[in-house]
Amino acid sequence: MAKILMKGNEAIAEAAIRAGCRFFFGYPITPQTEVPEYMAARMPEIGGCFLQAESEVAAINMVYGAAGTGVRVMTSSSSPGVSLKQEGISYIAGAELPCVIINVMRGGPGLGGIQASQGDYFQSTRGGGHGDYRCIVYAPASVQEVVDLMGVAFDAADQYRCPAMIVADGIIGQMMEPVELPEPYEYKVDTEKKPWAATGWKPGDKKERAVINSLYIEVDELHELNTRLQARYREIEKNEVRYEVYGDEDAELVVCAYGTVARICKAAIDELRDKGLKVKLIRPITLWPFPVDCVKAAAEAPEVKAVLTVELNAGQMLEDVKLAVNGAKPVEFLGNPGSKMPTVEEICEKLLAMSKGEE
Amino acid sequence: MLEQTLFAGFGGQGMLLIGEFLAEAGMEEGKYVSWLPSYGPEMRGGTANCSVVVSDRPISSPVITAASCVIAMNRPSLDKFENTVRPGGLLIVNSSLIDVKAKRDDIDVLYIPASEVAEEIGNPKGANVVILGAYLARRPVVSVDSLMSAMKVKLGERKARFLEGNKKALLAGLELGKVQ
Amino acid sequence: MAVVFEKTNMLTDAPFHYCPGCTHGVIHRLAAEVVEEMGLQEKAVGVAPVGCAVFAYRYFNCDMFEAAHGRAPAVATGVKRARPDACVFTYQGDGDLASIGTAEIVHAAHRGEKITTIFVNNAIYGMTGGQMAPTTLVGQKTSTSPYGRDKDWCGAPIRMSEMLATIEGAAFIERVALNNNANIVKAKKAIRKAFECQMAGKGFSMVEVLSTCPTNWGMNPVEAMKWLEENMIPYYPLGNFREVQ
Repeated sequence: MAKILMKGNEAIAEAAIRAGCRFFFGYPITPQTEVPEYMAARMPEIGGCFLQAESEVAAINMVYGAAGTGVRVMTSSSSPGVSLKQEGISYIAGAELPCVIINVMRGGPGLGGIQASQGDYFQSTRGGGHGDYRCIVYAPASVQEVVDLMGVAFDAADQYRCPAMIVADGIIGQMMEPVELPEPYEYKVDTEKKPWAATGWKPGDKKERAVINSLYIEVDELHELNTRLQARYREIEKNEVRYEVYGDEDAELVVCAYGTVARICKAAIDELRDKGLKVKLIRPITLWPFPVDCVKAAAEAPEVKAVLTVELNAGQMLEDVKLAVNGAKPVEFLGNPGSKMPTVEEICEKLLAMSKGEE
Repeated sequence: MLEQTLFAGFGGQGMLLIGEFLAEAGMEEGKYVSWLPSYGPEMRGGTANCSVVVSDRPISSPVITAASCVIAMNRPSLDKFENTVRPGGLLIVNSSLIDVKAKRDDIDVLYIPASEVAEEIGNPKGANVVILGAYLARRPVVSVDSLMSAMKVKLGERKARFLEGNKKALLAGLELGKVQ
Repeated sequence: MAVVFEKTNMLTDAPFHYCPGCTHGVIHRLAAEVVEEMGLQEKAVGVAPVGCAVFAYRYFNCDMFEAAHGRAPAVATGVKRARPDACVFTYQGDGDLASIGTAEIVHAAHRGEKITTIFVNNAIYGMTGGQMAPTTLVGQKTSTSPYGRDKDWCGAPIRMSEMLATIEGAAFIERVALNNNANIVKAKKAIRKAFECQMAGKGFSMVEVLSTCPTNWGMNPVEAMKWLEENMIPYYPLGNFREVQ
């Protein structure tokens, strides 16, 4: 298929439809509003359902309802809206339902701003709502990658019966880039694969009636749910880690960054190579599960002096990097909370200083 | 080649659209491109701008902090973005609507009476494409053919009637860019 | 021996956890009987609330969801949109529907969502141990209104049926009580009409059932029923508030 120039938010919506998503419940919020707008126009054309909910809270609960029937369903929002959705996300995780949630991140805290940010790393990777749960979190760095990850996210959500989240920043959402869209995929609810789904039941049926629920009032039963969830999370950690490595294998410095920020780091690395400094970028594509082994191995390499984490926040992934490096090498941070994007110059300057052993 | 162009003007002057033309043309030529608009409340009333990057290599950042070229269609855009032009870069000013001169002396400045020329050729709404033509004369990052083709794609069937007028505006702009 | 009574198939054999004298059991049975009698069991999907009826998914013998507090109408919306042929109902109390879930119920009605809501109004929070609800009567003592509900401080009790009846998308709204046999028969009729309204695709339907909470009201079941008749019915008049033909 030929490439077309497409806005990130619209590509998100089209890619979801092509991954078999036929149900979308959402609410307008900048900078993700083109997702519901696109869905509103497109869903009726293909017999799907777009519904503008009265609130973010209602939207995620509509997702819960639709997901319980086994269909592929999605919602999208931006940071403050995703905060509102956290209650529902926790229930979806607790009820072991699959769905995809898009967060086109903007600056916070509070109403914050509407420009790009990575301030929701903690919220996304630590669960976000109450209880011990995780979402699989993907962080694309381009419009094409958002498209490529959409099918991956729906498949993983179905496979592990958990919410999958794609965290893009406002730039990915608003930017146009050339994309190649995948062939459309028709998703049919398969009751063999989703025996838990509420697809209709009558007395005498072989399968049990569906009970979509996250309430386990007995301590032992709740423990059993959590044990099951944690075992699944270990599987996810084993199978679903994605990352990209860029730059020189024998680098003396390692940079960790994701999303748009990682692209800026690549430019810095190219510039430094010309100046004779070899730097390697590890770009987590899944923020959870985090590429622990890759970061650990990179930091432990004898030629590596130190690790730098660059983020568009006050240092959130930094904690995961430090845990992975586990004291093997110094870990430094460059970035800004809010939306002030680190520049190529700032990153180069920091890395040059680190190379010289300056703080 | 790494071209980072900032198109800025009033909302409604069509700056986002000519940015799309350039990005589409770059893509058709197999180059790496990105188009990033300003968004939010400033879309209403203030300046509407977009950053377009065209490159031979994968684009690191779609955000432009130092532009190879800034196109300013109105006074607020000139005031806001004159300093964004990198030293040695190009600034194109719509002299029909901006009656002041640029302050910088370390950049090339091109004054194009885009709005007047658009009126003259009978396409008053085509000032954006006139200035795009002038830009293309100075910065041939894509071919004129690619740009013509990109306009056709972007206008689509729904706005196909504007294609001829826009072609005329582009050619007029190309001439202006060369003459000065 | 002749069989004179059979429990509806729409209820499981799980014993109810409700307190003695509480009317939840009767309401469950009425709703379940209606669904069975209409031949809708196979299509039925229920959504349980957070509140005393939180375990409703154990009792209704069909596909069931347990929703977050107040969100049952949104969950039901998701189900109904994904399975338009299903018979979808929510079962909610007054804390769930009239307090934390007002946005969800108002907008489900507003969209004319083709679902049926059974709204149990007992003027108090039961599960958490008798706190003030938006439906608690003026002067009524609860653990969070120990001096009696003060209208100037926290408003007068909210009448959900009257409010929802003003909404275009609501097709059937009726308030019933279970204080005598005649009213129980009327309640069942209203519930049937509500489900019929949903299946005919007319829009949102709700039956508000005035209910007792002997435990948290601090009364025996007989006193509680008397209190309901003397205090609740005068403030919450029974009857139909909206029926779209």
